[in-house]
Amino acid sequence: MRGSGGKHSVGGQSQDDEILGKAYDSKLMKRLLSFVKPYKKYVVIAIFMNVVVAALGPLRPYLTKIAIDDYIVNKNYDGLVTISAILFGTLIFQAVVQYFLTYYTQLMGQNIIYDLRVKLFAHVQKLALKYFDKTPIGRIVTRVTNDVESLNELFSSGIVMIFSDVFIIIWILIFMFLMEWQLTLVSLSVLPLLIYATFLFRKKVRESYRDVRFQLARLNSYMQEHIGGMSIIQLFSKEKKENKNFAEINDAHKVANINSIFYYAIFFPIVEILSSGAIALIIWYGGGDVINGTMTIGVLFAFIQYTEMFFRPIRDLSEKYNIMQTAMASSERVFKLLDNDTIIENPTTPITINNFKGNVDFKNVWFAYNNDDYVLKDISFSVNTGETVAIVGATGAGKSSIINLLNRFYDVNKGSIRVDGVDLRKISKEDLRNQISIVLQDIFLFSGTIASNISLGDSSITEEQIVKAAKTVGADNFISKLPPKYSAEVKEKGATLSVGQKQLISFARALIFNPQILILDEATSSVDTETEMLIQKAIEKLLKGRTSIVIAHRLSTIQNSNKIIVLHKGEIKEVGTHQQLLNKRGIYYKLYQLQYKEQEVK
Amino acid sequence: MKRLFTLNKYFRRNKGRLSLGILFILISDFTQVFIPLVLKDSIDALHANANKDLIIRYAIIIFALAVVSGFFRYMIRQTIIVVSRKIEFDLRQDFWTHLLKLSHRYFQNTSTGDIMAHATNDIAAVRMYVGPAVMYSIDTTIKFLIVITIMLSINATLTATILLPLPILSFFVYKLSKKIHKKFTLIQEKFSDITTMAQENFSGIRIIKSYVREAFEIETFAKESSEYRKRNMDKIKIQALFMPLLFLITGTSIILLILVGGNMVINNQLTLGDIAAFLFFLGMLIWPTIAFGWVANIIQQADASLKRLQKIYDEEIEIKESKETDNSIKEIDGTIKFENVSFKYGDELPEVLSKVNIEIPKGSTLAIVGHTGVGKTSLVNLISRLFDTTSGNVLIDGKNIKLIPLDVLRKNIGMVPQETFLFSETLEKNILYGVENLDDKLLLNRVAEISQLNKDVSQFADKYNTVLGERGITLSGGQKQRTSLARALAINPKILILDDSFSAVDTKTEEEILINLKEFMKDRTSIIISHRISTVKDADNIIVLDNGVIAEQGKHNELLELGGIYYDIHYKQLLEEELQREG
Ligand SMILES: Nc1ncnc2c1ncn2[C@@H]1O[C@H](COP(=O)(O)OP(=O)(O)OP(=O)(O)O)[C@@H](O)[C@H]1O
Ligand SMILES: Nc1ncnc2c1ncn2[C@@H]1O[C@H](COP(=O)(O)OP(=O)(O)OP(=O)(O)O)[C@@H](O)[C@H]1O
Ligand SMILES: [Mg+2]
Repeated sequence: MRGSGGKHSVGGQSQDDEILGKAYDSKLMKRLLSFVKPYKKYVVIAIFMNVVVAALGPLRPYLTKIAIDDYIVNKNYDGLVTISAILFGTLIFQAVVQYFLTYYTQLMGQNIIYDLRVKLFAHVQKLALKYFDKTPIGRIVTRVTNDVESLNELFSSGIVMIFSDVFIIIWILIFMFLMEWQLTLVSLSVLPLLIYATFLFRKKVRESYRDVRFQLARLNSYMQEHIGGMSIIQLFSKEKKENKNFAEINDAHKVANINSIFYYAIFFPIVEILSSGAIALIIWYGGGDVINGTMTIGVLFAFIQYTEMFFRPIRDLSEKYNIMQTAMASSERVFKLLDNDTIIENPTTPITINNFKGNVDFKNVWFAYNNDDYVLKDISFSVNTGETVAIVGATGAGKSSIINLLNRFYDVNKGSIRVDGVDLRKISKEDLRNQISIVLQDIFLFSGTIASNISLGDSSITEEQIVKAAKTVGADNFISKLPPKYSAEVKEKGATLSVGQKQLISFARALIFNPQILILDEATSSVDTETEMLIQKAIEKLLKGRTSIVIAHRLSTIQNSNKIIVLHKGEIKEVGTHQQLLNKRGIYYKLYQLQYKEQEVK
Repeated sequence: MKRLFTLNKYFRRNKGRLSLGILFILISDFTQVFIPLVLKDSIDALHANANKDLIIRYAIIIFALAVVSGFFRYMIRQTIIVVSRKIEFDLRQDFWTHLLKLSHRYFQNTSTGDIMAHATNDIAAVRMYVGPAVMYSIDTTIKFLIVITIMLSINATLTATILLPLPILSFFVYKLSKKIHKKFTLIQEKFSDITTMAQENFSGIRIIKSYVREAFEIETFAKESSEYRKRNMDKIKIQALFMPLLFLITGTSIILLILVGGNMVINNQLTLGDIAAFLFFLGMLIWPTIAFGWVANIIQQADASLKRLQKIYDEEIEIKESKETDNSIKEIDGTIKFENVSFKYGDELPEVLSKVNIEIPKGSTLAIVGHTGVGKTSLVNLISRLFDTTSGNVLIDGKNIKLIPLDVLRKNIGMVPQETFLFSETLEKNILYGVENLDDKLLLNRVAEISQLNKDVSQFADKYNTVLGERGITLSGGQKQRTSLARALAINPKILILDDSFSAVDTKTEEEILINLKEFMKDRTSIIISHRISTVKDADNIIVLDNGVIAEQGKHNELLELGGIYYDIHYKQLLEEELQREG
């Protein structure tokens, strides 16, 4: 990600967070609906119940009209009781249907987002490291958690509610037209104004919404990163400065929110005013008709109720517009991640290597992380089964990169890598990695227990195996001193362990998986010499018949290697055994001199 | 609920706007309540066959009242909700200010996700209280009082009858909200589990891939997500009762109105216009009734959130200045002394350091060696006060470090922590993190040269403007360490602490850096931790930590003559080579 973009990466925001999303996008919708497919049954039930519920609401004012015109005005008490009973009946029926409607639509929504979330997570597991290099972790987490969550609202309330709102409006119109079509037209005359107001509102809210979202993302990623780096802030006494930085971001977030209040503040009263306007019109126009005797008072009542009913879904629709928009923007981001094909694909018909031996062959390998900034240039070497090869070289020479290639974290740009004579790209990554164990330079522990960090949750690994691996690397010493031993809690990133202890745990992890190829990238860089030697002795036995590749800056750890490769600025400068390289009096010799000069005391 | 009063100081800052907001609510409610009354008059007039002009006048009045009420509704949001955003800002700012003061221990023991949850969810919950909840509860109370008074004055019996179901609604809303809230807490917990799991999985993706644990991780994740779905459905089972109950009870009120009110009209005790007005009033009361339950719930949630926030506020600020802090100290010289220092991480945990005594004269170099986990990092962390000693004192220039202002102390210590943390910023901003002048190119070049970073940087396309990945992910291990070293050098410290800072650096580069540092460290005190004898051999004093005490101490040669642990390490590092030579 060197240099490209990111100039304003203070909060680590990206264009992704700026995706605004339309409230409705047919392509996206189609794709979203494909997730609904397995739950067709629910959709049918929901729509059916929706039609029923939507009709029952508007039915009641109609019954009220009958009650007034036919019974109250005509002073028929028994009739009034009957109609009240009918009203009550429809009410109960509506309540029951409504309950199941909500339940089923939510069930559907929950199932869909479950499917989507697991699918998304599984997809991320497939993505290549190139993707992770360039994407802040927090952002991927947001995709899998919050973005998927906002789709829930779309599925469980959004779509269905919009259906029901539309149905309600249709039913109301039907009832109104049936009762008194002229009065209907009069009361609907405020509609164009309402539609215009809604349209304006949507447009404005859309803009301010983008701003709010953007600022929120900024706020969150700032906090996330700076909580992680709190000790640096404190060690460098930068509390005041970071407080100011935060205030700035916090303020921008506040301003964005206050700006968006304006649109809500003005829109809702306008809807209210228009709705009262409609009632005033009904009184004015309908009143005349009542006076003329062409209309009953009951109709007037019904219309007043209908107007209230009619405006509610419209007002809701604009609120739901928000949900829709959030959901559409989220789905766009989610799909973008699902479509991300930064994946190192397995071959369609992978070759399986039976009886994996562990021969490794690099042939004219060129590799760059970005474009053609080659960090490895024309690398060729081979390691035979059972051999140990060491790679040495200055920092940044490209040692870890070689390992990254062998494990197929990245693919070569030119040349090829073979294991047991087969090109890496022809076997499945899983088969390959199952044969390789790496102790990575960057130590990573998961929160959990010490045991779960060694076994990585693999239930086929027994307690004894865990203890044995820990003993091999000399970690058992300190683990057994902890009161809960192997079930001692490990905090986030292993915060309460010393760095060397963490390294030992990640070393034990590599041994337990019993690999054919063992790769140690500075695996003992933070461990004391005594423990280091102990490990060396212990794994010597383990390594019989296996291949190992060792990267180390402390030359003492690699002298026994069958072959030492000296890497310099991405190129192989020297190859040979320790003795051969010393005799050569080249780079290796110099390194060696440096490390041991003046140290010999006789 | 007492906790909510802690918010008073925030309210006080916005007194003016808030009182205005309340005034607006009053005005808006009063005008709104008039609408049904006018409606009633117009319907009664119609029933009595009044003339058309009167009806038109009524229609106009209704509309005018709506406009006035609407305008003040707008003003209410512009005052009260705006205030709530301002208070949210203050709350969040105070929260962050407090976090900045919390100690290293707190952050080691609390996951980032947890703190983030407080900063987002809890503060949002409190905002809901200070904004919408306050607005609605005032609005509701006022409206209720006015509307019920009017209704009673029209017809007391009818009012009592039709309002009967409303308290039941409030009660149910309250009860259900409470239940839902409980379920909701469970959901939130699961959600945070899912978030944490995703977070850790993505951060450790290299491990997951290396060991082919993807299938297992997906399975675990699916299990968690499924549990999350289940908890959601548990909530929905209750929540789905809301709407039906709402219909049922408000609908019942209307039916009662028609039945009882209708009967009264039949008996000429009431007019049709009254019924219309009541119908309208009922509409006005329904929302406030729901709001009662809802607001009660928000208040509860805000209270719970405040409780959680309060816990963070109550978190002891372990490392702080005290009354005795001597603010006249502006500089330090760099003589360090450990006096009987003991240290442990927790009461129940074993002592890491026991009665350690060290003297590091100004300008000298101390080296620390010792086994993994022996307490080297813990020891140096006491100097920069990431932790304080359990007993005994650390003195600088003869003064207890607790008396030295914290920022004077830390600004004079250049610390290169064992674990490198870099910000996702440019290299330049990372290196100059600790200095005031961010354009000091001279300084930048100087420290990059000392830490041998310049050669690497010259090969980057964007040089010092190269933007790093999170935690510096796009640099090699050695490059990260040297960036962190350069950052510490840049503040021109009196004391330099290198905690195993060359572990990922090759020997040649390390040697070059050490030579450069020799010049830099001339009149500075320095402490170097390392496992490599070659790194520490030139130090003025070397101590060997073992079992929490200083087992050996002296210069390289002296320690070799001693024939103890140090000799052993040296011998072992040498032995390898000897063996090789013979073989
Ligand atoms: N993910 C990445 N994206 C871009 N550039 C990278 C990435 N990882 C490493 N580099 C660059 O590639 C070069 C080689 O890095 P590599 O990690 O292979 O070095 P190394 O020899 O292992 O160094 P060290 O001894 O310091 O660990 C360095 O210049 C580094 O900045
Ligand atoms: N925050 C903590 N809480 C509890 N125990 C801790 C904490 N940090 C370290 N420890 C324990 O204290 C002991 C000393 O740790 P320390 O990090 O000082 O060791 P170290 O000498 O620096 O080791 P290394 O050579 O591995 O860096 C270890 O046993 C470690 O597990
Ligand atoms: Mg340490």
